[in-house]
Amino acid sequence: MANFIAAKIPEGPLEKKWQNYKDQAKLVSPNNRKKLEVIVIGTGLSGASAAASLAEMGYQVKSFCFQDSPRRAHSVAAQGGVNAMKNYKNDGDSVQRMFFDTLKGGDFRAREANTYRLAQCSAALIDQAVAQGVPFAREYSGYLSNRSFGGVQVSRTFYARGQTGQQLLLGAYQALLRQQAKGKVKIFNRHEMLELVCENNTAKGIITRNLVSGKIERHAAHAVIIASGGFGKIYYLSTLAMGCNASAIWRAHKKGALMANPSWTQFHPTSLPQSGSYQSKLTLMSESLRNDGRIWVPKNKKDARNPNEIPESDRDYYLERKYPSYGNLAPRDIASRAAKEQIDNGFGVGELKNAVYLDFAKAIKDLGKTTIQKRYGNLFDMYEKITGINAFKEPMKISPSAHFSMGGLWVDYDLQTSIAGLFAIGEANFSDHGANRLGANSLLQACVDGYYILPYTLQNYLATQIDKPKPATHSQTFIDAEERVKTQLQTYLNTNGTKTPDEYHKELGKLLYDYCGLSRSRKGLTFVIKEIQRLREEFKTNLLVLGDTNQINSELEKAGRIADYFELAELMCLDALNREESCGTHFREEYQSDEGEAVRNDNDYAYTAAWEWTGNPSQPELHKEKLVFKNVSLSTRSYI
Amino acid sequence: MPMKLQLKIWRQKNSDDLGKFNTYELKDLNPAMSFLEMLDTLNLQLIKNKEEPVEFDHDCREGICGQCGVMINGIAHGEPKNITTCQLHLREFKDGDTIVIEPFRAKAFPVLKDLKVDRSAFDTLIASGGYIGVETGQAPEANTTPIPQEIAEQAFDAAACIGCGACVATCKNESAALFVGAKISHLASLPQGKAEREKRVLNMVNRMDELKFGHCTNTEACQVECPQDISVLHIAKLNYEYLRAKFKK
Amino acid sequence: MAITGLFLCLFLVIHLLGNFQLLLPEDEAQLQYNAYSAFLSGNILVKIIAYVLYISIILHSIDAIYLSFKSRKSKKTRYRYDARKRASKWYSRQMMLLGVILFAFLVIHFYDFWYPFKFGELPLDQQGNKDLYQLVIASFQNIGYVGWYSVAILALFFHLLHGFFSAFRSLGLYHPYYAQIIKLIGVIFSLLMCIGYLGIPIYIFISS
Ligand SMILES: Cc1cc2nc3c(=O)[nH]c(=O)nc-3n(C[C@H](O)[C@H](O)[C@H](O)COP(=O)(O)OP(=O)(O)OC[C@H]3O[C@@H](n4cnc5c(N)ncnc54)[C@H](O)[C@@H]3O)c2cc1C
Ligand code: HEM
Ligand code: SF4
Ligand code: FES
Repeated sequence: MANFIAAKIPEGPLEKKWQNYKDQAKLVSPNNRKKLEVIVIGTGLSGASAAASLAEMGYQVKSFCFQDSPRRAHSVAAQGGVNAMKNYKNDGDSVQRMFFDTLKGGDFRAREANTYRLAQCSAALIDQAVAQGVPFAREYSGYLSNRSFGGVQVSRTFYARGQTGQQLLLGAYQALLRQQAKGKVKIFNRHEMLELVCENNTAKGIITRNLVSGKIERHAAHAVIIASGGFGKIYYLSTLAMGCNASAIWRAHKKGALMANPSWTQFHPTSLPQSGSYQSKLTLMSESLRNDGRIWVPKNKKDARNPNEIPESDRDYYLERKYPSYGNLAPRDIASRAAKEQIDNGFGVGELKNAVYLDFAKAIKDLGKTTIQKRYGNLFDMYEKITGINAFKEPMKISPSAHFSMGGLWVDYDLQTSIAGLFAIGEANFSDHGANRLGANSLLQACVDGYYILPYTLQNYLATQIDKPKPATHSQTFIDAEERVKTQLQTYLNTNGTKTPDEYHKELGKLLYDYCGLSRSRKGLTFVIKEIQRLREEFKTNLLVLGDTNQINSELEKAGRIADYFELAELMCLDALNREESCGTHFREEYQSDEGEAVRNDNDYAYTAAWEWTGNPSQPELHKEKLVFKNVSLSTRSYI
Repeated sequence: MPMKLQLKIWRQKNSDDLGKFNTYELKDLNPAMSFLEMLDTLNLQLIKNKEEPVEFDHDCREGICGQCGVMINGIAHGEPKNITTCQLHLREFKDGDTIVIEPFRAKAFPVLKDLKVDRSAFDTLIASGGYIGVETGQAPEANTTPIPQEIAEQAFDAAACIGCGACVATCKNESAALFVGAKISHLASLPQGKAEREKRVLNMVNRMDELKFGHCTNTEACQVECPQDISVLHIAKLNYEYLRAKFKK
Repeated sequence: MAITGLFLCLFLVIHLLGNFQLLLPEDEAQLQYNAYSAFLSGNILVKIIAYVLYISIILHSIDAIYLSFKSRKSKKTRYRYDARKRASKWYSRQMMLLGVILFAFLVIHFYDFWYPFKFGELPLDQQGNKDLYQLVIASFQNIGYVGWYSVAILALFFHLLHGFFSAFRSLGLYHPYYAQIIKLIGVIFSLLMCIGYLGIPIYIFISS
C-alpha cells in the first residue's frame, strides 16, 4: 500500500498559480538576509545561477563542486540549444503551447503546474543571458535567431553554435565569481559532498571531502540546495562526464529525501558507439545530423561488405520503413529503441556489431558536398577526430547512449524535497520533463530553477529561519556524520580485494543497459535485481583501492560513487518493475501494441513514483504523487 | 593491430615533492583508444600490481570542459594542433613509441600531484572583472539591442575559450594574455559590456601580474596549442583596451 | 617597449639614409658625409633627438631585462622534456639574445665611431670637418670588422622580423586585415634594413 503525497501546488487557474505563489510567498528583509547562510552543491547552470542570484539578494552562499573550477560543470557540454517562449518567429508559439509540448513530450507524466511555470519563466532567461553577454546566434539584422528542435512545430530554440551550454554556463559562472569577489559567495572547488546532515528531518548542513588535502570538513547552513546534475553515468558508458555522480542526491535520499521515477533515463540516439572494452565515455553527435542522414543496417546479418558496397536492395532503412511520416526524425526514445532492436537482433554494424549506419551519401548527392559541409562541417570534423573516419566517404556509425536522468530527488512545487530546508534544482530533481525530456528543455529548466524559482521559494522557507542561529558544526549530529564518512572511506581502503571501482562500474553499467535501459521486462528486471545484489555484495568484500584518505585519491572518490550507484541501480530496477506500463523512455516490453509502440496506462499509473529509503536497498517504500490533468486531455503519442 | 607503448610519466606526490619520471610499458593497446583511456588502462595495470595510479585531471572527455591537459612529448595537449588531451587518440602514435607525459607547468599553476595542477588562478582572474555586472532580474528584453551578426560571431570566437590553461603552459613567458584577452575581447565587443569596459581591463591586467603570470611578447605559440584556436589578435585587443583605459584615466 | 622599439626603428631609417651618402663617388662622399656628421653634432634639435635615442636604448634594454627577469623559470616550472618550440619562431623566443647582440654592437659601434668623433682626435677634411668618412671606410675594409658587423645586422634583421609587428600588437592593433598588412610591412622593413645596412660595408669592402 502506497501513501499519497502532495506537491503543495498553489490555488488558482494554471496561468495564475505562479503569480499567486509569488504574491503570497514570505519575504526576508534585506538586513536579515546577510544573517542567513545557504549551501549550494553544484555549479552547473542550476547551481551557479541559484548561488549567484541568492548572493545578489544578499544571502551568504557557499558553493561546492568537485571539478577544479565551477566553469567545468557538465552543463558545459550541452550543444544543441535552449528553448524559450519568445515567439520571435511569429509562428504561433505561446506559453500554453510550450507547456503542452513539454507535457506531451514527457508522455503526460509531469506535473501540470510545474511545466506551465517552466514555460512562463522561459522568456526571462533569454533576456538575462543576453545581458550577461552570452553570444547567441543572430540574424543579419542583429536580432536573435531561432531554430526548431525535435518534437515541436515552432522554432523556439536559441543557440550559440554547438556550444550553448558552455556559453550559458559561462554567463552564470561569471555572475557567480562576481559575487565571490564581493565576498558574498565562498567557492569550494575540488570538494565533494559526502553526507547530508539533518536534525528532525530538517537539513542543517553537509560533510565534504577536500579532494586535494583529503580533509573531511563540516559545513552548516540554514538551507541546503542540491544542484548536482544527472546520474546517467550510472550506465558507465554515457554522454556524461566522468565525474558525474548520484552521490549528493543518494546521500540525501538515505537521510529521508524521496527519489522520484529513478528509472526514467533518456538515451540519445546519435552518439558514437563503443570501440572497445577500454571505452570510458560516448560522445554525443548533434541530433541535427538526422535531418539529412539516413539510418540503416544491412538486411543480411552476416553482410561483411564495406557499407559503400552494399547495394540499396540489401539495406534496411528501418526508421523510414517503420515510421513513414517521421522517418529518420522520429523522437529520441523511438529512434534509440529501434536502433537497439536492430543491434540486439544481430544487425548491428562495426567491429563490435554495436552500431547502425547514419549515411549522408544521398544528401551529398542531392544537395552537394558544399551544402553538407556548411551544415555539418564541424560535426564531421569532430567525428573524424574521434574515429579517424571521413564521413563524406563512409557512413557514420552511431548508437544510442544514456544521456539524461528525468528521475531524481522528489520535490514539491517549491522545489523543496521531503526534507525541510533541502531543495533540489536542475537535473538533480525529478523535474518537469515527465517520462521523456524534449531537446533543449533541460538547460532551460536548470536555469529557470536557479534564476527565477528558487530565489522565491527558498526565501519563503528562509523567512521561517530568521530567528534561528546557524546550526553549530560542533553538534553531535555533525560529529557523528563526519565519523560515518571517515569510517566509510577507510572501509574502501581496507577491503583490499582484487577489483577496481571502474571494473565494478563497467559491470554494473552493462547490466543496467541490458535490462533497465532502452527497454525493460519483468523477467529481465527480476533477473538483474538479483545480479545487482550479488555484485554489490561482491563489491563490499572485493574492492581494491590503494593509497590513503589524506591526499588526492581519484580511486577513493570513484569507490564512493560506485557504492552509491549500486544501491541506486537496484532502486531504478524496482521502479521500472513497479511501473507496469510503457511511457516515454520507459518501455516495458509487456506493454506494447501490435506495432511495437508504447502503451500507456493512465488509469493506474498517472502518478509519480516517489521512493523512500528504509535502510534496506531492496525494500524501499513507495509513495505516490497523483498527477492531475485539468488543462489538457491525455492523448497517445504517435509518430507513425 | 595492437600497439605497444612506453610511457615516461611525471610522478610527484604533492606540491612540495620534487618529483621524477617513471617509465611504464603498455602492451596490446588499440589505436582507436583515446589518450586518456590509455592512462586508464595504465592505471588499471598499476593498481593490479599494487602501485599507486597516476593522477590526472579530466571530466567531460569531449574537449569542452577544459579540465584535462598535460604536456605530451613536450607539447601542450600533444602533437596535433588545436585539440585537447582528451581528444587525442593513439592512432597519432606509432607502435613502439615512447611518450613523455608531464604536467602543465607555470608559477601560477602549481602541481598538486602527478599530472594534476591547480589552475584556480584563472578563476581569480575572472573574478577580478571578467563579467558583465548584471544581476538576476535587471535584464531588459533581449531584442531591444540588436547586435550585428559579425560582432556576435566575433564575440563568440573569443568566448569559446574553455579555460584549459594550455596557452599559459606553452608560453615561454607563462603569460595568461590569451585567456584574459579572449575574455576582454568577448565582453568589450558587445554593447552590454561597455559600461564596465575600462574598469574590467585595468583590474584583470593588474590581477594577472599579481598572480605571477608573465608578460606577453607576442611569440604566438598560444594560439597554435589552443584547443579553440583563439586568435592572438585578441591579445592585441587586450592591449588596445588597456591603453585606451589608461588614457581615459 | 613598443614605443622605444618603434622609435629605434625610426632612427634606423634616418641613420641608414645618412649612411647611403657613403656610397657616393669617393670625393663627394667624403665631404658630404663629414659635413653631414658635423651638422648632426651641432644642431640642437638633433641633439635632443639623440638624447631621446640614448634614453630609448636604455629604457628598451631595462624593459627587456625586466621582462626576462619576470619570465625567468624556476626549477619547478621548467619542462624536463620540451618541444614547445614547434609552436613559435625561434627569433620570437630569442628576442633577448638578439637584443644583447644588438646592445653589444651598439656599444662597440659607439666606441668605434661616435666616441672618436665626439671626443677623439680626428684628421680634418678639406672643409675642416672631422674626417669620420675615412674612419668608417677604413673599418669596412677590415674583413673581421665587416664579419662582426654582418652578424649584428642579421641579429637586427631577426629582431625586427618579430619586433616590428609585435610592437604594433602591443600598441593594440587588433584588426585582422591591418594586422596582416603590418606583418607584411614588418618583413619588408626588416629586409630593407638588413639589405641597406649590410649593403654598405659589403660594397665598400668589395670595391676597395
Ligand atoms: C552531452 C550533453 C548534451 C546536452 N545537450 C543539451 C541541449 O542541447 N539542450 C538542453 O537543454 N540540455 C542538454 N543537455 C542536458 C543539460 O545539459 C543538463 O541537464 C543540465 O546542464 C544540467 O545542469 P545542472 O546544473 O543540473 O547540472 P550539472 O551542470 O551537471 O552540474 C552538476 C554540478 O554538481 C557538482 N556536483 C555533483 N556531485 C557533487 C558532489 N557529490 N559534491 C559536490 N559537487 C557535486 C558538479 O561539480 C557540478 O558543478 C545535455 C546533456 C549532455 C550530457
Ligand atoms: C636598434 C636597436 C633595436 C631596435 C630597432 C629594437 C626594436 C624592437 C621592437 C620594435 C620590439 C617590439 C616591441 C614590442 O613587442 O612591444 C623590440 C622588442 C624587444 N627588444 Fe628590441 N630593439 C633594439 C634593440 C634592443 C636591445 C639593445 C635589446 C636588449 C638589450 C632589445 C631587447 C628586446 C627584447 C627582449 C624585446 C622583446 C619584448 C617584446 O617583444 O615585447 N632590443 N625591439
Ligand atoms: S585561450 Fe585557448 S589555450 Fe588558453 S585557456 Fe582558453 S582555450 Fe585553453
Ligand atoms: S576532459 Fe573535458 S576538455 Fe578534456
